[in-house]
Amino acid sequence: MGYRLGVDVGGTFTDLLLFDTATGAFWRHKTPSTPHDSSEGILNGVTAICANAGVAANQIDYFLHGTTVATNAVLEGKGAKVGLVTTEGYRDIMQIARSFVPGGLAAWIIWPKPQPLAALENTVTVKGRMNAEGKEVRPLDEADVRTQLTYLKGQGVEAITVSLINAYASGAHEARIGKIAAEVLPDIPVSLSHEVLPEMQEYERTLTTVANASVRPVVGKYVSNLRNRLAKEGMTGKLSLLRSDGGLMSAAKAEEHPVSILMSGPAGGVTGAIWVGRNAGIKNILTLDVGGTSTDVALIENLEPRRQRTTEVGHLSVRASALDVKTVGAGGGSIAYVPELTRALRVGPQSAGAVPGPVAYGKGGVAPTVTDANVVLGYLPENLLGGTFKLDRAGAKAAVQTIADALGIDLMAAARGIIDIVNENMFGALRMISVQQGYAPRDFALMGFGGAGPLHVNAVAKLMGSWPAISPVSPGVLCALGDATTRMRTETARSWSRLAQDTKPEDLVAVLAEMAEQVTGELLSDGVPADEITTAFEVDVRYAGQAFEVPLTISADLLAAEGIAGILGRFDEEHKRLFTFNMDTPHEIVNLRAVALGRALDLPSPPIEKGNGDPSAAKLRDHTLWMDGREHAAVIYDRALLKAGDIIPGPAIVCEMDSTTLIESDCVGTVDHVGNILINLA
Amino acid sequence: MPATIVQTNTTPFKKVAIDPVTLDIMENALRNARVEMDATLVRTAMSPGIREQGDAFPLIADHTGKMIVGQFGSFIGGFLDNYEGTLEDGDMIFLSDPYSVGGAVSHSNDWLVLLPVFKDGRLIAYTSMFGHQSDIGGKVVGSMPINARSIFEEGVRIPPVKIWKKGEYNDDLMKLVMHQTRKPDWCAADLNALIASCRVAARRVVEMAERFGDDVYVSATQELLARNHRAMKTLLSQAVSEEPVSFEDYICDDGMGFGPYRIKCTMRREGEVVILDFDGTDPQSIASINFYLNENMFKMFFGIYMIMVFDPQILFNDGFYDLIDVRIPEGSLLKPKFPAALSGRTHALGRIFDILGGLLGQKTPEFLNAAGFSSSPHLFYSGNDQRPGKGNAWFQLFQIGFGGIPGRPLGDGPDGHSLWPGFTNVPNEFLERYFPMIIERYETEPDSGGAGLHRGGNGIHMTYRFLSAGTISIHDDRWFVPPWGVNGGEPGKRARKILEKADGTQIIIGNKVEDIDVQVDDQLHFITWGGGGWGDALERDPALVAKEITQGLVTPEGARDYGVVVDASGVVDAAATDKLRADMRASRGELLLFNSGPGIEVLRANCLAETGLPAPVQPVWQHLEAAE
Repeated sequence: MGYRLGVDVGGTFTDLLLFDTATGAFWRHKTPSTPHDSSEGILNGVTAICANAGVAANQIDYFLHGTTVATNAVLEGKGAKVGLVTTEGYRDIMQIARSFVPGGLAAWIIWPKPQPLAALENTVTVKGRMNAEGKEVRPLDEADVRTQLTYLKGQGVEAITVSLINAYASGAHEARIGKIAAEVLPDIPVSLSHEVLPEMQEYERTLTTVANASVRPVVGKYVSNLRNRLAKEGMTGKLSLLRSDGGLMSAAKAEEHPVSILMSGPAGGVTGAIWVGRNAGIKNILTLDVGGTSTDVALIENLEPRRQRTTEVGHLSVRASALDVKTVGAGGGSIAYVPELTRALRVGPQSAGAVPGPVAYGKGGVAPTVTDANVVLGYLPENLLGGTFKLDRAGAKAAVQTIADALGIDLMAAARGIIDIVNENMFGALRMISVQQGYAPRDFALMGFGGAGPLHVNAVAKLMGSWPAISPVSPGVLCALGDATTRMRTETARSWSRLAQDTKPEDLVAVLAEMAEQVTGELLSDGVPADEITTAFEVDVRYAGQAFEVPLTISADLLAAEGIAGILGRFDEEHKRLFTFNMDTPHEIVNLRAVALGRALDLPSPPIEKGNGDPSAAKLRDHTLWMDGREHAAVIYDRALLKAGDIIPGPAIVCEMDSTTLIESDCVGTVDHVGNILINLA
Repeated sequence: MPATIVQTNTTPFKKVAIDPVTLDIMENALRNARVEMDATLVRTAMSPGIREQGDAFPLIADHTGKMIVGQFGSFIGGFLDNYEGTLEDGDMIFLSDPYSVGGAVSHSNDWLVLLPVFKDGRLIAYTSMFGHQSDIGGKVVGSMPINARSIFEEGVRIPPVKIWKKGEYNDDLMKLVMHQTRKPDWCAADLNALIASCRVAARRVVEMAERFGDDVYVSATQELLARNHRAMKTLLSQAVSEEPVSFEDYICDDGMGFGPYRIKCTMRREGEVVILDFDGTDPQSIASINFYLNENMFKMFFGIYMIMVFDPQILFNDGFYDLIDVRIPEGSLLKPKFPAALSGRTHALGRIFDILGGLLGQKTPEFLNAAGFSSSPHLFYSGNDQRPGKGNAWFQLFQIGFGGIPGRPLGDGPDGHSLWPGFTNVPNEFLERYFPMIIERYETEPDSGGAGLHRGGNGIHMTYRFLSAGTISIHDDRWFVPPWGVNGGEPGKRARKILEKADGTQIIIGNKVEDIDVQVDDQLHFITWGGGGWGDALERDPALVAKEITQGLVTPEGARDYGVVVDASGVVDAAATDKLRADMRASRGELLLFNSGPGIEVLRANCLAETGLPAPVQPVWQHLEAAE
């Protein structure tokens, strides 16, 4: 057995978590991120954590990494210059997109239209046509293809994407263009839509392929730089990246298919929550990852996170599997304001960010933020991070007072109002992934992490009726923990688009088997031993004519035993749960997916010392905070000194290096055997 | 006689004070519930019009029927005044007849459900949603006959009836209704979806009342209305002058050879009330382009436009209604007399938004947008699929297209995007898979956006190749009167429809045509209008014009409208450009606030030469008095 190192690079901090797979012991470290070259911060962290643990770099078998490098390349428009080759008559495919203007009536007046990811001047069309059955209507005009590719060469494109109409039905023309491109532009990487995403819907397939091509060089550079620097430090372990869907993929695979890691960042927290839940014996969890500018929420049912078929990055919706993570613009840095005309209290989505940050941080911020309200109310004690960083409570009070004055209420009511509204925004996001998907929140626990999650988790659990509210061990580095403890995963998808009644089970089985072979092969080539690989299938079903498919997980055994009727029965059940009704309409099988998974690791959390239920040994000092419309006496505890079984009556605050847990006045926290704080109503 | 509301608990709601934080929380929760209605609908509906394009509109109203969230405003007050019957727990109202509800829905294709929400025996809210049905029977496929002379030709008309009565489903009623349509499967699914959406919202309302208390919930809805009233009062007093301003625009034709039809609106403020008067609007048409405009709906449009133009932070609801007085002459295009045909109302509905923009921005050119909302182009294609192996199966397609978005103070108008909220295009691969057609072209039409400092968005040039004989119908507008430019910007180019036969013959067909036969391998070029330009085109950066040539959005010829001399590869001749711009500046007159082209008479004179179609004939209204 050896060591696994999880590394999560955030905007402000790089979090590391070193895991001893033999004992379950772990070490954590936080170091400032180095945005000009993330590998610098990573190496600082690696050096520190190895020294701390007394482990040599070459003892680390696995380097597991969640990164926002691909996300940022898209959001900041720093991807490669992509040349797009599409079918004659479709040059504006990215320009017209889906013709959709976000917002309500008249919102077009104020909508800034984003520029296409492949510039229109670098988009060319070629003659040749397939129909929806994959049959050739007109042959590919190869001379035309060469002319167009030569033009793109002259444009200085850095990557080529080929996405033709109906390529999901036949990729023959795309493949031929790929070959010609290799001759005309020998050093330029080429992405073909039928390989990246063999699914119907030309815009989504093209966008996904373009996005992939656009971030490939950036991710490639990032990975090779990181690999070299780690090698110099003597680290020879396997480098894997966290996918948007919560699985791991080899760095080499990620370089080829970076569209799979666009939402690598938020996925880390969710996989971390699964690890915590497994060790705490809690299987149904809603996650609440509260950062400086936004909050991510997700739903875990029976230790499996809900996934979705699209990855949302900024304004783009890319077809790649991702955890179903919803984001709201509500975080510690969210700014509170009172618009003059309505005199309403609004919080966010504008954020003070890391710079200038909340007023209380004393870095020049002047606008009142959620963090300032937490400081005013006494939820965030003035000494953070072990006393090295003092909060400016007077400044926070002055800022929140401006809100109080505008609303004509007192300071504390205004501060609590800010907290209530931001909690409500988080509640709204949690409802979207639970109630709106047919799940009852009372069947779930709520886990708060990220810098400010444990500060809000108790209040949001009250709104949801989701108990217990959990402040996990190491809430500040849960992403890195997730990186370290999840498993390898890969998948492939295909359009089927046939009525269930016209589908022969043996045809379906044959295609699924072929797909299973493909994904198994991918993991094998990534070095996963054959006996550790398991496969699973997903089938998207809908009533013929609907636009929305319900994904159903099936196994080959189930298909053999129950046939297609078995799938349809499960669809009807799920449709009823989601939408309250069923129909007599025929079913359509829309898409097929095969997933291959590496071995699930059994990585236990080390138990902490058992106490006698009395947390007073961990008490730091007495404190006063404002809650339920009045002042309360409260106690501040040091999390590192808490013992298993300790019972902490609210109101109380539990501090640790990088996070603060708030237990409200009518609640009580219990420390479990591994150190999680489980909060319930008293 | 007004409706009788039966409540088993008649205790009135108590007005309680609401703190601002609770109020904001409830507003937010109501907005989320509305979003959830949309999501439920889109996921479960089946007709492409709703599921792919989102042609449906939700609302949540308070216990008196005033809209708290939504975007088309509430008709419920008017409905209650006229509904002769009871409304009780377990009831759900279903309707589609515009004349029964004062135009709350404006053609019979829009099916509406209204759910009174009861909690503990008291009526606490209403939820409602309507959506466009792809076919409700009648004389043509799609149920929107251009040449209808009365609403009786436009398919099934449903007066307000109870689809659910005290919890019991009216099966016979629904059998009768579904028997009238060519697509009972789509209608059943879409109606299910509308009902499911209303029920979801009702559940959310009850949950909120449980969480905060019934009195708090109801008091909060009243305070939300009052808050909007206060905000709009301030905004109106600042933004609307007591001096009247007028604006007029035209519907090109009625599909029967007559046109254009004028719509005119005059706005002025009297004290705190804004008066919007459509005096001067032409009388109703004998055909189906009439638009029965509900006064409250127009108040909402007006309010939303005010908010978007002047202060997008305000959230809108019905609270400001008594600050607006809408006057529409009886018997006019916008308030036709029963039984006038209404199915083709989409052109006037779109044009209303152009008119609003022109009215509101007139005194504040920095906020003024050009024209381009204009219409909502429809294509119908139906028949029996005669391709081998298709079993002669019946198919019918109803598709909504898009023009160009106008030039805006913010910048260029996006090309080929939707001005209607929530609408998307249908993926062409979807069309090719499920209908006998190949989409040979789906591109923007170069130069169609009006020239300006901020260019109007280009329209779309979509080419359908039909793979089975069938019939098509087209509803579009802006083919005769162009979308106007503003602040010196040029008008956008007009819409065109060309049928190209297999032998290459090109036939210009009209923009409102019914039942045209098409053969295998015929190609239809469906070209929509471009948005008007914003600001002086001669001020546009020549480098940007050149770039748009390399992007295929503008041609070298079109670049001359910007005074830019540039070749096809995007190389600008700077000296020639300077000279051309100087010449143009010297020879042109004063820049116009509104540029709607050369005027109706010149357009008429040049119509055949420019559009390939005969000019519409000035309508005469013998059997009707002129609208007053």
